[in-house]
Amino acid sequence: MKIAVCVKRVPDMDVRFRIGADNISVDQGGLKFDINDFDAWAVEAALQLKDKNAGSEVTVISLGPDVVQETIRKALSMGADRGIQIKADKVPFDGLAIAKALSAELKTGGYDLILFGKMSPDSSNGVVGPMAAELLGLPCVTAISSLEIANGKGTAKRELEGAQEIVEFPLPAVLTVDEGLNAARLPSLKGIMAAKKKPLQIKPALLAEPQITVRKLELPAERKAGRIVGEGAAAVPELVRLLQTEAKVL
Amino acid sequence: MANVFAFVETRGTDVRKVGLEAVTAARMLADKSGGGEVHALLLGPPGIAAKASQIGQYGADVIIVVEHAGLANYSPEVATATAADRMKSGSYRAAIFSTSAQGRDLAPRVAARLGVSIVTDVLSLEIEGDSIVVRHPMNIGKVIATIAIAAKPAVIAMRPNVIAPAQNEKAGRVEKAQPAIDPASARVKVIETRQGGGGKLDLAEAPVVIAGGRGLKAAENFKLVEDLAAAFGNAAVGATRAVTDDGWRPHSDQIGQTGRLVSPQLYIAVGISGAVQHLAGMRTSNTIVAVNRDKDAPIFKVADYGIVGDLFEVIPALTEAVREAKKHH
Repeated sequence: MKIAVCVKRVPDMDVRFRIGADNISVDQGGLKFDINDFDAWAVEAALQLKDKNAGSEVTVISLGPDVVQETIRKALSMGADRGIQIKADKVPFDGLAIAKALSAELKTGGYDLILFGKMSPDSSNGVVGPMAAELLGLPCVTAISSLEIANGKGTAKRELEGAQEIVEFPLPAVLTVDEGLNAARLPSLKGIMAAKKKPLQIKPALLAEPQITVRKLELPAERKAGRIVGEGAAAVPELVRLLQTEAKVL
Repeated sequence: MANVFAFVETRGTDVRKVGLEAVTAARMLADKSGGGEVHALLLGPPGIAAKASQIGQYGADVIIVVEHAGLANYSPEVATATAADRMKSGSYRAAIFSTSAQGRDLAPRVAARLGVSIVTDVLSLEIEGDSIVVRHPMNIGKVIATIAIAAKPAVIAMRPNVIAPAQNEKAGRVEKAQPAIDPASARVKVIETRQGGGGKLDLAEAPVVIAGGRGLKAAENFKLVEDLAAAFGNAAVGATRAVTDDGWRPHSDQIGQTGRLVSPQLYIAVGISGAVQHLAGMRTSNTIVAVNRDKDAPIFKVADYGIVGDLFEVIPALTEAVREAKKHH
C-alpha cells in the first residue's frame, strides 16, 4: 500500500498564550512545538497498516516553513519512509488554501490511502482533510475511531453525539483520524538515527489567495471569579438556592 | 437583501436541535442583511417531510424536502451533492451548518465543492459591509479570533448551543426535490447508526451536563453521576479524558480539547481536577459547578459555585435536593 499522512506542527496548548504586536497572530516566544496529536495517531495508523502489508510505503507531508522539517523527521523516526515539505512562509488559516496546496501534491502520488488528523488545536477549524478529499474527488470518512482494511475495502467507525456510525468505503480514500483509534508509538533511538538518512523533498507551496482574513485575535474574557459555597453535603442546600435564585438554572 | 441557506441536521426521521439552531442563525443573518429569504434543506428517509412545518416555524421561507428510502443513515456524498447543487443554483449570501459530528463532516466538503472557504465552530456572526464577520475559538479556546469572510456564499458552521432555536414563523413553502445523486451509487456508505445509551440526551444538545472524572475512583461509581442527571431530567453525562482512556466510559463521552466541546446552561464537574485539556471543552458553559475534595483543584478557578468535599457524600445529597426542587416545579 502507498499511504500518505499530512501532518502539522502545532504549539503545546498547556500555556498561557499572548497575542503578538500585530494583533492577528499568537506570540511564538516561549512556545514549544510538536506534531499535532491527531496527526501522530494518523501516522501510527499508517505504520500499523505498513506492518501488516509488506512492501508498503508511508510518505509524510507537511506544509509550512523549514521548521516543519522537524515535524516530518519525528514521523520518519516513528517509522515513516519519506517526507515532503510543501514550503510556505507560514501556514494560512484558510483551510481551502491549505487543502489546495496539499492536494496539488497528493494527486501526483498514486496513494491508496491519505490520512489526516481530524483537526489541529491551533486553528481549531478541522476542514483540511475533507476539503482535500473533495478536491481530489476521493471517498472520505472523517473522525474515525476504528479502522479495518481488507481486499481494497475499508470499514471505519465514527463517534457521533450519543451514537456511532459504521462506515464502509472503497480505496483509494481519504480518512481523518479521531482520538481512540490507537496510541502513537514513541520514536526509538534506532528510529531517530535512521530518520536522519531518510529522503525529505522540498517543494514550493501553491497557495491560493485567501478568502477569509483573521482581523483580530484576543484572549477570551476571564470567567468572573467563582466562589466556594461551602464544604461537604452541608453546602448542598445553599448551592441549590443559588442555582434557583441567582443562576436560575434549576 | 440576500438569501441565506441552512442545512437542517437530521438523524433518522428526527430533526436535531442543532438543525433548528442553524435555521435560527440563518434567519438572523437574512434579517440583518435586509430581509432575504431562508432556504432550508431537509434531507432524510420517508417521514422526514412531516417535519417541514416545524422548520417553517423557526424561520424558513422555503424548505427543500428530499425524502428517499436510501437516506435512513447519513450519506455524506448524497448530502454534499444535494446541498452543493442547491447552493449553486441560488445566489446565497451565506450557508449555515452545525459544528456537530455530521456538520464537521459535511460542511467542508460542500465548501470545497463550491470552491469557497469555511469557518467552523463559530460563536457569533455579524454582517459588515461586504463581509460576514465571525468569532471563532483557536488554541483550544484560549484565543478568540475575529475573522472576515469575503467568500460568497460564506460557509459557516455554528458551534452547538450558542444560538438558542427561536420561533419566528415564516411561510415555510415546501419544495420537494430528489437527491442530487442516487444514494445507491454513493461510494461511502454508513451501513449502521448505533444509538449509544438508548434515548439519553446527547452532550452537544443537553441544557445540563454532568461530567465525572477520576475522583469517582471506579467505573461503577458513574451511577452517582447518572442518578444526578436523572434527577435533572434534562441532563447528559460526560467524562474526562482520563476516564475515557481508562475505558470507564466510551470515547464519545469525552469532554475536552480532543473530545466534545459543550456549552450547556449548567455544567456540573464531579471529581474533576480541571486539567487544561478538559477546561478547553467546557469553559464556555453558562454556569459551572464543581465538587472536588481538593480545595486547590484548578476546576474551582472556572467554577461559579464550588463545594469542597467528598463527592460520595455531596452528590447523593445534591441528587436528593434536585429531585425535591423539581417536584415543586
